[in-house]
Amino acid sequence: MGILEVKDVNKRFGGLQALGDVNLSVKENTCHAIIGPNGAGKSTLLNCLVGKLIPDTGSVLFDGNSVLGRTPFEICQMGISRVFQTPEIFGDLSVMENMMIPLFAKRDGAFRLHAIESVASEAELRTDAERMLEEVNMLDKANMHSAAMSRGDKRRLEMAMCLVQNPRLLLLDEPTAGMARADTNNTIDLLKEIKEKRDITIAIIEHDMHVVFSLADRITVLAQGTPLVEDSPENIKGHPKVKEAYLGEAA
Amino acid sequence: MFGLEKKDARLLLLVAVLVAFAPFLLNPFPEGSAMAQFNAGYPDLMQRFVIFGIFAIGFNILFGLTGYLSFGHAAFLGVGSYAAVWMFKLLSMNVLPAIILAVAMSGLFALLIGYISLRRSGIYFSILTLAFAQMMFALAYSVLTPITGGETGLQLALDDPRILGTSQTAGGNIPVPGLFGLEMRDSAELVLGSWVFTFNVGYYFAAIVMLVSFYLSIRIFRSPFGMMLRAIKSNQQRLNYTGLNPKPYTLAAFVISGMYAGLAGALMASMDPLAGAERMFWTASGEVVLMTILGGVGTLIGPVLGAGAIKYMENIISKINSDILHGWFAFLPDGLEDFVVAIIYPFIGKGWHLTLGLIFMGVVIFLPGGLVEGGQRIAALFGRKKASDDDSGKSAKTEPAE
Repeated sequence: MGILEVKDVNKRFGGLQALGDVNLSVKENTCHAIIGPNGAGKSTLLNCLVGKLIPDTGSVLFDGNSVLGRTPFEICQMGISRVFQTPEIFGDLSVMENMMIPLFAKRDGAFRLHAIESVASEAELRTDAERMLEEVNMLDKANMHSAAMSRGDKRRLEMAMCLVQNPRLLLLDEPTAGMARADTNNTIDLLKEIKEKRDITIAIIEHDMHVVFSLADRITVLAQGTPLVEDSPENIKGHPKVKEAYLGEAA
Repeated sequence: MFGLEKKDARLLLLVAVLVAFAPFLLNPFPEGSAMAQFNAGYPDLMQRFVIFGIFAIGFNILFGLTGYLSFGHAAFLGVGSYAAVWMFKLLSMNVLPAIILAVAMSGLFALLIGYISLRRSGIYFSILTLAFAQMMFALAYSVLTPITGGETGLQLALDDPRILGTSQTAGGNIPVPGLFGLEMRDSAELVLGSWVFTFNVGYYFAAIVMLVSFYLSIRIFRSPFGMMLRAIKSNQQRLNYTGLNPKPYTLAAFVISGMYAGLAGALMASMDPLAGAERMFWTASGEVVLMTILGGVGTLIGPVLGAGAIKYMENIISKINSDILHGWFAFLPDGLEDFVVAIIYPFIGKGWHLTLGLIFMGVVIFLPGGLVEGGQRIAALFGRKKASDDDSGKSAKTEPAE
């Protein structure tokens, strides 16, 4: 059984069947890519995993526990982190503060009224934050105003914020959308490094085939809300159905 | 010092010194001189400076950190005042129990109102808080007259029980609020040449409370809690997906700022033991918003400066009348004198709101960071590199070209 089990998930938006009988099993410590043309239901599926949407029917189990009906912060506390299509960071805060918040969330839970202690006195968390920034080559930017950084740096910061919590499952929603080639390659390298160094399961939604084939161990192709085929990258490349539904369109 | 960083400790010390020497600093002009009416160093006004400073400091914890604009904070000020006066009526004229009850009551009201209002954000939150405050004003003004005194306000009477004190003094008067025998209205005067400096017990008591409140607000700003509040303002979505629940954080900030307002209300009642519904009117809620924005939203010292500036204008500019203007411009030829006076007249006396409005517009347009930003610009002009002293993150945000 995989760490993430999606069973018979259906989701309708009015007359539109966004997801129809989606079954998906993500094995632990693998990178599972979900691809598909626009409107295939990739983002809807992701939103069902993180608690933003609740499926009409079906079940989503993370490590044997249902995530349905839980709020996003509860699901995050269970060990699922999400990286957004456009980097979501705390733009008004410094890079260091951006890193401290997930660390506090990990240590103190969803809410703790620590209004008198000082952030500066948390040396241990600070060391953790610095180590993580070092890992993504951003330590020199620790005191920078995070909104002033380039998009590539924001993306890296967002990933660092997710990884510093040591999630068991990292969900990536088109992490290279709108990036220049060089930035895309940097992101691929970063993700490869993460995969090697950590015990982490990655589920990635991506349009860019270059990214998908460089990272994924397993690929699910989604079309019109249903999984078309699930297989290894080598087999997906030559699969006639996939070519027709997706790659053909791109080529 | 006190668990503060050097920079914050310096700021606290500076404020403490300014507050301690306020009776001198605010009375720069000799008594009887033409400029004497610009002196602000009399107890009544100095008390108002520090009390509204507390009110604005508390408001800034909510508005400055989380960005939730409450338009009904005066309701908590009113609750604090009523609670304090009731304590004077029932228990004793000591201000401490009055303050404790006031803070507790306003905290309770803030918990209730915040719990409901914080289900919405943005303009809907503002409208909800405004609606609650106006409801409370209307109730205090009419239906709840037995508790609030209605139109006349809640006043002390000779036959109040005051179980731990005396109903009336030996002379048959209503006793005055005090702190273990120290009466709030007591003053000492120091006459130096033609200068008269007044040192008032009530002012110094309120000032100490203000310094403690200011110190607490610095601690909150620098705490993980304060950082979470700024994160809420910055990106609630990310906060949710980082495993944090924004709701209890905003509610806690709302309750804390409501308690600050209640504390300010209790101090107002301690200085002058009566409470009226007009304290809860929406203009009073708007005033604290103006104070915070004028001084600098999200800065530590800004709200205190804003409160001081507005109270100064309210009390000093509103006292200037046309006779005084004619006195100032008497040196001009008659026709010109009348002309100049006619030009300035709309801005003084009852027209002080016009002056305030113009200054407010000027600050919002040219100094979005408020008076604090003005101070920083002046400091930078004199070559002091204060850029790193920026404690609010209001530094110009540069969005990278995508």
